[in-house]
Amino acid sequence: MSHDSRAAGVPVLEIRGLTVTLPEGADRKYAIEEVSLSVGAGEIVCIVGESGSGKSVTAFTVMGLTPRKELKPVAGEIRLHGRDILNLPEREMRRLRGEKMAMIFQEPMTALSPVMKVGDQIAEVLEIHTELGPRERRERVLEAMRDVNLPEPERLYHSYPHQLSGGQRQRVMIAMALVLDPGLLIADEPTTALDVTTQAQILELVKSIQRRHGTGVLFITHDFGVVAEIAHRVVVMREGRVVEQGPAAEVLTRPEHPYTRMLIGSVPSLTPPERPARGEAETALEVRRLNKVYGHAGWFGGGRVVHAAKDVDLTLCRGETLGVVGESGSGKSTVARCIVRLVDITSGEILIDGVDLAKLRQGELRPHRRHIQIVFQDPYRSLNPRRTVGQSIIEGPMNFGLSREEALERARELMRVVGLAPEALDRFPHQFSGGQRQRICIARALAMEPRVLIADEAVSALDVSVQAQVLDLLDEVRRRFDLAVLFITHDLRVAAQICDRIMVMWHGRVVEQGPTARVFREPSHDYTRRLLAAAPGRDSFLEAG
Amino acid sequence: MATGRDTDPAALSADAKLPTRQEASLASLVLANRGVFWGGALLLVMVAIAVLGPLFTSDPMALNPIKRLKPPTGEFLFGTDFLGRDVFARVIYGARISLAVGLAVALIAISVGLVMGMIAGYVRALDAVIMRVMDGLMAIPGILLAIALISLSGATLATVIVAIVIPEIPRVVRLVRSVVLTVREEPYVEAAIAAGTRLPQILLRHILPNTIAPLIVQATYISGSAMLTESILGFLGAGIPPEIPSWGNIMSEGRTYFQISPWIIFFPGIALAFTVLAVNIVGDGLRDTLDPRIARKM
Repeated sequence: MSHDSRAAGVPVLEIRGLTVTLPEGADRKYAIEEVSLSVGAGEIVCIVGESGSGKSVTAFTVMGLTPRKELKPVAGEIRLHGRDILNLPEREMRRLRGEKMAMIFQEPMTALSPVMKVGDQIAEVLEIHTELGPRERRERVLEAMRDVNLPEPERLYHSYPHQLSGGQRQRVMIAMALVLDPGLLIADEPTTALDVTTQAQILELVKSIQRRHGTGVLFITHDFGVVAEIAHRVVVMREGRVVEQGPAAEVLTRPEHPYTRMLIGSVPSLTPPERPARGEAETALEVRRLNKVYGHAGWFGGGRVVHAAKDVDLTLCRGETLGVVGESGSGKSTVARCIVRLVDITSGEILIDGVDLAKLRQGELRPHRRHIQIVFQDPYRSLNPRRTVGQSIIEGPMNFGLSREEALERARELMRVVGLAPEALDRFPHQFSGGQRQRICIARALAMEPRVLIADEAVSALDVSVQAQVLDLLDEVRRRFDLAVLFITHDLRVAAQICDRIMVMWHGRVVEQGPTARVFREPSHDYTRRLLAAAPGRDSFLEAG
Repeated sequence: MATGRDTDPAALSADAKLPTRQEASLASLVLANRGVFWGGALLLVMVAIAVLGPLFTSDPMALNPIKRLKPPTGEFLFGTDFLGRDVFARVIYGARISLAVGLAVALIAISVGLVMGMIAGYVRALDAVIMRVMDGLMAIPGILLAIALISLSGATLATVIVAIVIPEIPRVVRLVRSVVLTVREEPYVEAAIAAGTRLPQILLRHILPNTIAPLIVQATYISGSAMLTESILGFLGAGIPPEIPSWGNIMSEGRTYFQISPWIIFFPGIALAFTVLAVNIVGDGLRDTLDPRIARKM
């Protein structure tokens, strides 16, 4: 194993003036331009940037995993332990990958083969790169699995990926990447698909491995909380260029470039702001003992039943934002879908204006639907790609008897409200960016003149700077139309900023409920405490101001 | 936001900027595909022959016993059959039958399959019922089913078409149902439900358009295989009444004389092969261009 370069002080990875072209017809000429950075032994370097910044292209080019025809490196060099690897033949690269450098990916479910036992997948790396016999391989695999704190490695060796949790799968990926003890580990958003509590554990693991093995880590992320948590040095990228780089403490506390400042300024703080005390307000929505059970018992006693929401109670007043926070599988989205009646509820009451929506059948429900509108997470799937934005917005009002002209007039008005040009109504969704689409979705919801607006992870898929703007917009329309907002999110930072009250869900139950400031200051339930403790970047600069 | 965090005006205007990208129309994109172009051209020639050809040829039914079983010459381009009928005229007339059957079968199978597939995909209660019937239909060999239907109701062009349509329906239903099942979970469909859109409109506006591209592709394959099936039925003597010169019928009648007058079978066979090939090439080309993964890149 070549540890010599670690001792000699040569950087594990050095990229100089790397420029990679994009194929013809793309929105810019170069995917990345003049990128220079280095990763020393035992150093964690974070590349941080928004979507389209070129951070992933940089990582994939280092690994030699980009399609060379479409993403062609035209200038610069990539040195691994001092050796230029940019133009090595594929045979050589194959040997380097795994031995000298390894990569972990965002989605461990798809990065692992679903038809192979995880132990065998790790062993495969040894089979390809070493001369070890089967028994020694097995020993090394178990050792690697213990190294990443996988419980019961003997048993997990024979498991398939789908039998593991998301966090365990990511640990397997890391074990696989590190089994040959490479000098460089590239991690491409490895915690983005994970829950915060799992994310915290994986970040801790990456740190401890880097300390123990002296691995250089190139960590790609869009999340400044994660950066604050693990980075020694930070490289900020924007539209293919490095705009700023330096030691983490420096860049995070005294950012020089306006873009970095804007990015850091857009990260919501975990400290809830002072919110004006709310007087008595009219109740907009009341949910009592809502239960939702998915699946049904099989004919012969088999079958799978998931109790996704258990006895959920909530009251929502006009002009108020109630946050529902929880990790995946906590039932928060199920509650939203039940309230909008996109799924039938198992039992309980949904009261709006004294009418119990839960008891109404589809036909009777229709007139009441306008009162509750929803904005979804994925801006790319929320609008029918074949219809113009205008058609999408006026669809609802026209269902409720507005003429086409009246509906269009309202649509134009709402486009202005959400900060878009009214002329854009004739365009199709693909002509808009993610943030713009989310604005359109908000306009579509508002066109129904609802009392309750449900935002189901409505800003989770957006870049942090765009996220801030959409949050501002949501808050503005809440005030302007005196809306009751049910804000569903996994992101505690966002919840801290926008919500008057917070409801924490866990395994389908509401475990804690109260004013935002109180929940963040003195969480009463153990799970809330764990959730808060896991929020990345919690003890850092991000909370200083 | 309530924090009073100031938003970067530059970023806001970047976000609010509306892109104006010129895009190639779907039609020009589809025609740019070589398969669609050449297959389509060949198919157009066939259609032209079918429509206009009979105006220039002799009567395909005219008997001329003196000149029976004549090989291809200047007078009879494709030779004559055992009753002295002009094979060229008959093959050209047969193009009408084949293309008509192909078109009719594709249209009927797609229409019926579309309706049933939408119902199966959207109405949970009917899903199992419809799909089990379709499974049952698929378990019976198509030709056998067609022969049975024709022998039950007598051979006319209409019954032949119906007999070919029925075995094709299950595949269309399955295709449409799978598209509906995927699309109904899309957030934009759920947003439409939340906006109080009625079921027929949801199906028509939001779900139906997603089925069109795969159905066009499926339609070409169906019409290709329908033409083949029609010829097979004719060849087996179970198809369109023998007096009508369809390609299958011509080949069926020529079977007995194959060793002395191969042209009777050869020319309709070539015509059939080329037509089905053209249709399939168009189908492959359409599949390549209309494939959602490629369409998304547009």
